Amino acid sequence: MAEQRQYEVGMHPDLPPPASLVGVVGWMRANLVSSPANTFFTLLAIYLIYLLIPPMLDWLIFSAAWVGDDNTVCKNETGGPIAAACWPFIKAWMTPFMFGRYPESELWRIKITYVMFGVALLALVIPQVPFKKWFALFLLIPFPVICFYLYVGGSFGLMYVETNLWGGLFLTLVIAITGIVASLPIGILLALGRRSNMPVVKAVCVAFIELWRGVPLISVLFMSSVMFPLFMPEGVNFDKLLRALVGVTLFSSAYMAEVVRGGLQAIPKGQYEGAQALGLNFVKMMYFIVMPQALKMVIPGIVNTFIGLFKDTTLVGVIGLLDFLAMIQAGSSNPDWLGYLTTGFAFAALVYWCFCFGMSQYSQHLERKLHTGH
Amino acid sequence: MAVDSINQPAPPKVALINDPVARALFFQVLVLGSILLFGGYIVNNTMDNLASQGIASGFGFLETTAGFAIGYSPFLDYSEENTYGYALLVSLLNTLLVAGIGVLFATIIGFIMGVARLSKNWLISTLALIYIEMMRNIPLLLQIFFWYFGVLRALPGPRQSLDFNGTIFVNNRGVFMPSPEFESGFGVVTTVIILTIIGIIFLARWAKKRMEQTGQPFPVFWTSLALIIVLPILAAAVMGFPMGWNHAELTGFNFTGGTEVPPELVSLALALATYTGAFIAEIVRAGIQSVSHGQTEAAYALGIKPGITLRKVVIPQALRVIIPPLTSQYLNLTKNSSLAAAIAYPDIVLVFAGTVLMQTGQAVEIIAITMGFYLLVSLIISMFMNWYNKSMSLVER
Repeated sequence: MAEQRQYEVGMHPDLPPPASLVGVVGWMRANLVSSPANTFFTLLAIYLIYLLIPPMLDWLIFSAAWVGDDNTVCKNETGGPIAAACWPFIKAWMTPFMFGRYPESELWRIKITYVMFGVALLALVIPQVPFKKWFALFLLIPFPVICFYLYVGGSFGLMYVETNLWGGLFLTLVIAITGIVASLPIGILLALGRRSNMPVVKAVCVAFIELWRGVPLISVLFMSSVMFPLFMPEGVNFDKLLRALVGVTLFSSAYMAEVVRGGLQAIPKGQYEGAQALGLNFVKMMYFIVMPQALKMVIPGIVNTFIGLFKDTTLVGVIGLLDFLAMIQAGSSNPDWLGYLTTGFAFAALVYWCFCFGMSQYSQHLERKLHTGH
Repeated sequence: MAVDSINQPAPPKVALINDPVARALFFQVLVLGSILLFGGYIVNNTMDNLASQGIASGFGFLETTAGFAIGYSPFLDYSEENTYGYALLVSLLNTLLVAGIGVLFATIIGFIMGVARLSKNWLISTLALIYIEMMRNIPLLLQIFFWYFGVLRALPGPRQSLDFNGTIFVNNRGVFMPSPEFESGFGVVTTVIILTIIGIIFLARWAKKRMEQTGQPFPVFWTSLALIIVLPILAAAVMGFPMGWNHAELTGFNFTGGTEVPPELVSLALALATYTGAFIAEIVRAGIQSVSHGQTEAAYALGIKPGITLRKVVIPQALRVIIPPLTSQYLNLTKNSSLAAAIAYPDIVLVFAGTVLMQTGQAVEIIAITMGFYLLVSLIISMFMNWYNKSMSLVER
């Protein structure tokens, strides 16, 4: 029998907490079975997981066809499509899913811009990299021009590529990024107009913003595809993609205006008054004092608007543009690959999810970083 | 005179270009002028284009016979002989129907998921988190396509339909449910229901008044629940249960009788509800978290029971935070219901901005009506929100 030592009151060395309160067991007791109701919910959750996860994993991974270059591996004994994912379908259609019907010999033009965009974006996102201002300027002004000449072609000895050959994830990115970049300056102007003291300017901006925010994007796209040709003088016929881009830009500029307005409202009045006391005129006050603070504050809001716009680009499929989702539908209506639409949807969902989730995590990270207040 | 001119100096001479009033006037005239010019240019071009294409203008086309069928019209009888105006009404009701169903289920899903997200149970809150992050980050159109093409259209045909207890049948033509059938004498039951509701309103008023005067609470909720269940059943029993169910039956290649819900409506409502539900869950979570824990502790310190604390202290304060973004989610859902056009559910965009536009070519009027409808809905919702904010804002002493 162990010798029992006597301690003075208060001199006993600290004992470890009971085993039932620490480690895995303690965590489970606290988080899973702390009360009868809690235990019930744990069992319910386990049952739900049991119902959902094994069939999903089976469909996606274990029963799925993985290797092969044609549809033979995705057929069951009777020649019908297998009741699981058919990944060779994605592999066979990868290029159209990514770039639409863009001529294969010209794909390097798109890939070069992807690399440029990726490098500049990384430089902006990683805090340690210097010259941020120049990277941002490059992305905002020369980069779109370079992209335009590379994508369309027809000059500098490049082959002309019609916009109806554009498609896939490439088109989705073109629409989303053009929409957000073009809507930023318009949104800033609208936000300034909405806060203006001039009644006419204010009324015009409020009406414009509320009009676009009140209607669904799909009706804006219908409008841009049937009404814009009517607005132009006779004989002028402009591209279907350009029409969609104008519609998307108008739509997202209204949302952008509200985001920027939020930033402007958060600037204390003293900043405006200080700038005016220094004798700065309106343009200088906005450019040097207000906008740098306001825009920095609304970066998370802009990213969130971009996520919304990125998801909404799927709607351009309804007016006949072959964006990523529309391309997947087109691929699975190919006679060789009938019956693998769900595989296509799973792939699309994964791609969209990675983009949107990544961006939302980044925007939350920014929000925490910029939240330097109390 | 000389003294006056010293005390009141003449206003400083400012060049017109630096005078704020003149500048403001100049800018506004400039803005208005350029908008009018641009608008005039567009109107002019549009008139020319319409004239050269031989398209009529004006709203007279609403009186013309439509000549096309609408796949689903649960409220009004519609046939090809009806007018475009009537087709507009039918499609408008279809939009409101799917938006209404979506709002109802999105609210239920959102509140359950929002509360589950805050659950102390790690598994439950993680499941809710996964649900929210999955739904929010996948485009709605893709979700609609998934439910429509991936699930509902992939179901077996009517002969092999999924059979739920012989009353509800699900197959690739839709969901077939029994519909209630009212015989003569059911009017009495309806009257009793209406009278009970009126009675409950008066009861609630009386209970509130007594509560304010004497502090005596009255169990309004349980009393009204009992009343609304017992009284109509009693009335129905007296009249000999004047109602029955019209069951859907398989005749030939499809079901007849009962209520038919087309797969387009099911998948659209399902996708709208699950997608918007994820956003509502985040709103509910933020609303509940916004009520500081001190409020609950103070209520407990005053000896208020947990249930009453939740009902009278936490929920009213959380609702003040929840309701404004919630209404804007409802508005989003209504606008998103326009994605119906992608799976051919006959809503206002598909029928009006699609088929009618194709047939008549009157783009300006049709797009204006379609957008006007959505603007009207958002106007009504924002009016409600303003009213709510006013009635809910803290009354400060």
